Amino acid sequence: MRTIAYEDIVKAVRDTIIYSTTHLSEDMYKALQEALEKEESLVSKAVLEQLLENAKIAASENKPLCQDTGLAIYFVKVGEDVKIEGGSLKDAIFEGTRKGYEEGYLRASTCDCFTRANLKDKVGYNLPPVIYFDIVPGDKLEIEFAAKGGGSENGSRARVLAPAQGKEGIKEFVKQVVSDAGPNVCPPIVVGVGIGGSFDMAAVMSKHALFRDVGTPNPDPELDAFEKEIQEELNKLGIGAMGMGGTQTVLAVHIETYQPGRMCHIASLPVSVNIQCHSSRHAHITI
Amino acid sequence: MAEYRLTTPLTDEDVTQLKAGDIVYLSGTLYTARDAAHKRLVDLIESGQELPFDLKGAVIYYVGPTPPKPGDVIGSAGPTTSYRMDSYAPILIEHGLKGMIGKGKRNDAVKEACKKYKAVYFGAVGGAGALLAKRIKEAEVIAYPELGPEAVRRIVVEDFPVVVVNDTYGNDLYEEGRKQWAKA
Repeated sequence: MRTIAYEDIVKAVRDTIIYSTTHLSEDMYKALQEALEKEESLVSKAVLEQLLENAKIAASENKPLCQDTGLAIYFVKVGEDVKIEGGSLKDAIFEGTRKGYEEGYLRASTCDCFTRANLKDKVGYNLPPVIYFDIVPGDKLEIEFAAKGGGSENGSRARVLAPAQGKEGIKEFVKQVVSDAGPNVCPPIVVGVGIGGSFDMAAVMSKHALFRDVGTPNPDPELDAFEKEIQEELNKLGIGAMGMGGTQTVLAVHIETYQPGRMCHIASLPVSVNIQCHSSRHAHITI
Repeated sequence: MAEYRLTTPLTDEDVTQLKAGDIVYLSGTLYTARDAAHKRLVDLIESGQELPFDLKGAVIYYVGPTPPKPGDVIGSAGPTTSYRMDSYAPILIEHGLKGMIGKGKRNDAVKEACKKYKAVYFGAVGGAGALLAKRIKEAEVIAYPELGPEAVRRIVVEDFPVVVVNDTYGNDLYEEGRKQWAKA
């Protein structure tokens, strides 16, 4: 058994939130630079230049990249040989989230679904987060964090296709979602696609797909080719940076399937599309 | 794609010269408001009460900034998605609003009001919150402080960069830009 202190988790989560909301990750910065090189539309080029400049200002002034510092989303893998001392893992993530958002001068964006009243006093500053736990062999604690903005979340969709629709049907659905979302989701975007599992699991996988660094290949060669095929189709839509018209709308398509076996029910083909704006704030902690 | 430098409040002459796709650097006073504040502003108009600021020639910026750090005027302050204000915008335009700054598509009612009463919808770069905050020189909450980031603020900007998305002639940059670059 390996012991991890509650306070160490709180601090790691807090520090990760403050750093990743003010420093654009290397993969995204590089992807935006490449988009700027390839973009042909002048107005989209001007937008991409502003985004790269914004990333520099945010990092040098420790200022949030975007005012929508998101809901805090976590995918947590707990090693079976890990014991948390001094409090529960869930409480540690809540406390780290509260401290990160409050002490980092980030925005409290959680509210009651019906009254729309901010939850900062009733539940806690930008609480609760959304957490997915998984138990794995080993003695490590792995926490993936993303600050997920509302604008790109609003353009995301899930659907259960008929098996006969196959890959063509999946491609058409993704295209429809990205086309409908247009400028609203802050392109250039990363498109997370979850395929298979169940209706709900497809959505979770489409979110997790966004944690993969842009520029890294899909480990499944067939899906890697499918990702590139979909990306090419999407870039033909002409949406461009911030929807102002251009050739670089989608920085990457990331597909996740349910493992093992890319499984789904014999009667179904669940597909979910989770859109990530260009301000993709994601980080990985291993304790 | 022309470039203009304009100072608020905006006049009919200011806005009618603009075409979708033009770049504008705005200076002067803007007011911030999101959905919750818009609902209250429209309620005031409908019940014949006075608004917390003069709408004539005004420009509203759809933004909910992060809290300012000690010593800063404002936190990060990029635009939010505008469609959430679509049901409120036409009545404000009818009462003198000349400009709106946000990101994302507007509905036909807003575009029609822009044509009829001479107003424009500007797009700012979403996710450029740190860069845009540097163009904001003053900020004070003037109404609804209980709404937190959604309170109405009077802000003073210098050379705030925006692009004309919907002009007073019914043009839409999102539709035209996409048409120009789409490949069959």
